[in-house]
Amino acid sequence: MAEEKVKLRIQRRDGPGEPTRWEEFEVEREPLMNVISCLQAIQRDPTTTGGTVVAPVAWECSCLEEICGACTMVINGRVRQACSALVHQLKQPIELRPMSKFPVVRDLVVDRSAMFEALKEVRAWIDIDGTHDLGFGPRQSQDVQDVTYPLSKCMTCGCCVESCPNYHERSPFIGPQAVSQVRLFNLHPSGSMHAHERLETLMGIGGIAYCGKSQNCVEVCPKEIPLTESLASINRDIVKLMLRRL
Amino acid sequence: MAAKQRMVVVGGGLAGLMTTIKVCEAGVPVDLVSLVPMKRSHSACAQGGINASVNTMGEGDSPDIHFEESVYGGDFLANQPPVHGMTRAAPGIVALLDRMGVPFNRTPEGLLDFRLFGGTQFHRTAFAGATTGQQLLYALDEQVRRFEVEGLVRKHELYDIVGLVLEEGDGGRCVGIVMQDLKTMELEVLRGDAVCLATGGLGLIFGRSTNSMICSGAATGIAYMQGCRFANPEFIQVHPTAIPGADKLRLMSESARGEGGRIWVPRDPKDTRDPRSIPDKERLYFLEERYPGYGNLVPRDIASREIFKVCRHEGLGLGGQSMVYLDLTHISREKLDRRLGGILEIYEKFVGDDPRDVPMKVFPAMHYSMGGLWVDFEASSDGALAPASPRNHQTNVPGLFAVGEVDYQYHGANRLGANSLLSCIYGGMVCGPAMLSYAKGLKSVVEELPSGSFDEALDLRTKQYEAVLAMDGEENPWVIHRELGDMMLDHVTVERHNGELEEVAAKLEEMQERWKAVEVRDTVGRMNQTAQFTRHLELMLVLARAIVKGALARDESRGAHFKPAFPDRLDDAWLKTTIATYSPEGPVLSYEPVDISQTKPRTRSYAAKGAAAGAAKTEEK
Repeated sequence: MAEEKVKLRIQRRDGPGEPTRWEEFEVEREPLMNVISCLQAIQRDPTTTGGTVVAPVAWECSCLEEICGACTMVINGRVRQACSALVHQLKQPIELRPMSKFPVVRDLVVDRSAMFEALKEVRAWIDIDGTHDLGFGPRQSQDVQDVTYPLSKCMTCGCCVESCPNYHERSPFIGPQAVSQVRLFNLHPSGSMHAHERLETLMGIGGIAYCGKSQNCVEVCPKEIPLTESLASINRDIVKLMLRRL
Repeated sequence: MAAKQRMVVVGGGLAGLMTTIKVCEAGVPVDLVSLVPMKRSHSACAQGGINASVNTMGEGDSPDIHFEESVYGGDFLANQPPVHGMTRAAPGIVALLDRMGVPFNRTPEGLLDFRLFGGTQFHRTAFAGATTGQQLLYALDEQVRRFEVEGLVRKHELYDIVGLVLEEGDGGRCVGIVMQDLKTMELEVLRGDAVCLATGGLGLIFGRSTNSMICSGAATGIAYMQGCRFANPEFIQVHPTAIPGADKLRLMSESARGEGGRIWVPRDPKDTRDPRSIPDKERLYFLEERYPGYGNLVPRDIASREIFKVCRHEGLGLGGQSMVYLDLTHISREKLDRRLGGILEIYEKFVGDDPRDVPMKVFPAMHYSMGGLWVDFEASSDGALAPASPRNHQTNVPGLFAVGEVDYQYHGANRLGANSLLSCIYGGMVCGPAMLSYAKGLKSVVEELPSGSFDEALDLRTKQYEAVLAMDGEENPWVIHRELGDMMLDHVTVERHNGELEEVAAKLEEMQERWKAVEVRDTVGRMNQTAQFTRHLELMLVLARAIVKGALARDESRGAHFKPAFPDRLDDAWLKTTIATYSPEGPVLSYEPVDISQTKPRTRSYAAKGAAAGAAKTEEK
């Protein structure tokens, strides 16, 4: 192994409104190491490079297989999941920061509830009649599944909005993830019956018009969701709807 | 206006969400409590699919065969009526998920596609790529969000349950919980006319497993310490194929074998050639050779034991290491991408090789707890579950229900692949109505109860939290946890030996002493993960003692529980459910009979084709 130690530089903050500070750590190199196992090593020995014993770094994680989205943070300047950030592919010191588009809870943990609120706003669900037995849904071709399944892999992790120049404190933009969910549900045979209601949520303040087409979102999406296609497709649908209503 | 009833559901995975939906459909509001936003629950990690004998593949499959194979796969330890209820409901459940918009893979005619899975020879598993759990979780989460918008669901995300509130004057029934806001660390009480725990498994006790990091079993521990019976704790499923990692062991779905993946090692352990250049006749496809009937699709306990044996006892592991090949390279890239995409990406991302070109290297890993909180059931006259009986899914603490991996109900001594998503959703469909029936029989509404029990519970948990914050010994909780995990993984998974188990039991008591000397070095009042983890660690140690004691006592081999010194299943002595009850001195074991009213136990073997289906008739085409 090239080096024995892994160096990390971590931005810390005790809570919202508290000052930020940087702390550096060195942890033992292990085989198959990712950023999560570095943070776990810090939990076992929370001593900075300068020899000060500090509180362990707070961070969020759950699945560690890049399917839950919990451990999203900014690693060496790029927003991504810490579990799939492998140490041997990263320049050292590895710099960890919380995402900047959400309120900080503590250290690397941020409050992403705004994204879940957005899913409510755009009515991101199928309006089923109930859970009683009504048999199977409408038949669909595998070609449709090939389009909808990738859209349905959105973890609501926040990478797209973190990288979006039009998503910030002073902008009402709802974000690419919510627009893409509208496309997903509008493609479903039963979901399409309520397509207008969803499109209407994106016609006004904070809607599709706020996308600046920077295309950053599609670059950073860990699930490679075709977000720009979704934005373009919903934009077309909204224009059509508006023309029809003239 | 008279006070209205409301329910508490703890856990936002499939089981908790389905329970919530069922309660909301009756117009009763729910407080839904979860450690993480629902989309980050562990159900997301399930990959391969969900079983339902829809029989659209023209094979003569039926819910009765699904029942037979599930009970047989579980080595006859599961009570049979709940399993039968589940397999009969399965086709309707998959249809419901289809209506909710789950992007299942399709046949050329636009129907749902089904694939093969372990322990069966029927195409019975519906799937959405290889991230089926994620897709099902999202579908239920979306429906719950709809109820949230309607005002029926109040979500408490990033909250941890720290205690149950039991009403001493009323038969000790459960009337709510104490929970902690993980952002502010504030404790508060939540009242519920019935309370449901849907808090998942306990993989974190084994350190590294295929489970998410939130699966510590802490809620199981709380319930157990407050009087709930913990059933079959010793039955821990070890999944045959996982990718080793420093932080966790990542699952490589059984669907890889369902789609034709083959397990092998070079016949000559010194053969270090590139696997692709090793000719077929120099490869040992040991599952296919030893189990010609089911081959690579033997149930998980058997596959794990064989891989373990090949590596540890026969010295045939790859390069002398504990690893075997899982080979997909003979399958077309297009088929792999469409049907297994998600898991191939995991391998690519975390290992760096493309499994479409190079055989994967895998080894077994702790995966699932068949055991869990004991729950009651009421059988119907046709051998399934009585609809809406308040006994269904209720623990021995009145008013407290348990559903999902946290219960022990459906899988006996070994769970069949793709039955867990099913049992979580079916359990929720039964548990919601059961809670409503139970609450209908109550004389008072919990909202109107005097505050006495609630105040006491809050006071007790506040003092306990303050005591944790004040811990200033010399031990680090994560260091103790790592030792716990390594020990459990080494001695309490695939093969169990009484001598080793006795040592582990003694070590666990030592660890409980060491736990008292933990230092909680964190003075920030927000998101104190050290304090939270220290509390969970205490509960993990309590549960580990029950797991080990249950394993030590059971001198036989059944399903996932295997003792080389007692290699046979001994029905006369051990066809019974283990019940662990908490005492401060350690777990107390008792046993109860298993309901085998529908199919009689028979010898379990996967050597011959069709053995698992037994006498169940295949449907006429």
